[in-house]
Amino acid sequence: MSMTEQIITIAICVLATLLTRFLPFIIFRGNKPLPKYIQYLGKALPAAIFGMLVVYCLKNVNVTAYSFGIPELIAIVAVVTLHLWKRQMILSIAGGTIIYMLLIQLVF
Amino acid sequence: MSEKKQLKAALFAAFPFTLPILAGFLFLGMSYGMLMASRGFSFLYPCLMALTIFGGSLEFVAATMLLGSFAPLQTFIAAFIIQARHLFYGISMLEKYKDTGLKKLYLIFGMCDESFSINYSVEIPKGVDKGWFMFFVTLLNQSYWVIGATTGGLIGSFITFKLYGLDFVMTSLFVVIFLEQWLKEKKHYTAVIGLFSSVVCLVLFGAEDFLIPTMVCIVGFLTIFRRPIEKEGGLL
Repeated sequence: MSMTEQIITIAICVLATLLTRFLPFIIFRGNKPLPKYIQYLGKALPAAIFGMLVVYCLKNVNVTAYSFGIPELIAIVAVVTLHLWKRQMILSIAGGTIIYMLLIQLVF
Repeated sequence: MSEKKQLKAALFAAFPFTLPILAGFLFLGMSYGMLMASRGFSFLYPCLMALTIFGGSLEFVAATMLLGSFAPLQTFIAAFIIQARHLFYGISMLEKYKDTGLKKLYLIFGMCDESFSINYSVEIPKGVDKGWFMFFVTLLNQSYWVIGATTGGLIGSFITFKLYGLDFVMTSLFVVIFLEQWLKEKKHYTAVIGLFSSVVCLVLFGAEDFLIPTMVCIVGFLTIFRRPIEKEGGLL
């Protein structure tokens, strides 16, 4: 791939990304009230998306081979427990991450 | 409040929420920059791609695309599919990004998974301007990514990391945001639909191809069950 072709390839990636980010705002612009169905999706989607993002982060975990997703499971339980206990976002995230790093570097 | 004070207040309010992303993006950004360096690219590539594309997963894939043969249409389709989840973020942010003036353009441009999740779910402290708060969340997150990617590109693969596993900070972040949403809502229909669709599609389609089927399933279920979800208070 020549330099020009590389730049075009990157530009295409930029364009595709811009499109996915701007499209909803372009379609539903102006002062017209949003269609009811879109309003509903706007409220119903986020919780579903957050679930999807959690699974997305874990997509490469193999539960059928060593370490069977055990470090991930322990760390997530730690995040949830910490968060239910103190409800401090930074503490829960830092705690879970440190436990995960210790587990995969020292134990598994 | 003067404009300058208002900006400062928003920046200081936004910063703590971006700390997990600071750790995650510096680490992942550096890994990405080092990957690019190991494939013979100048640091300018990861730097400019972080600035213009600003989407981690696509940038990793693009690192491979750039070494293949030139295929504009395929590149576009692949990129669009990888980034398609942003369509959902946009639909969810139509209301929240309203009335943010010119900042709106950057808010949309920089709407990565993490900025969307924080801007959607965080309760903005009283007295802080909503638009500027979201602007700084987005800007800080992107600057972490750009700094990470550029640094990684500069140092190349000389340094081996003792930080193995730090990327779990992203998983933890989304677990916390998911949990917060779970604790706030009365019924968990939509959260369960999201988890269920993702897990089933992951098993059926595999790690590389499950996002699009998942999105289709989520919209399908949300549409089918719209009435019970709305009726029984399944929305925040």
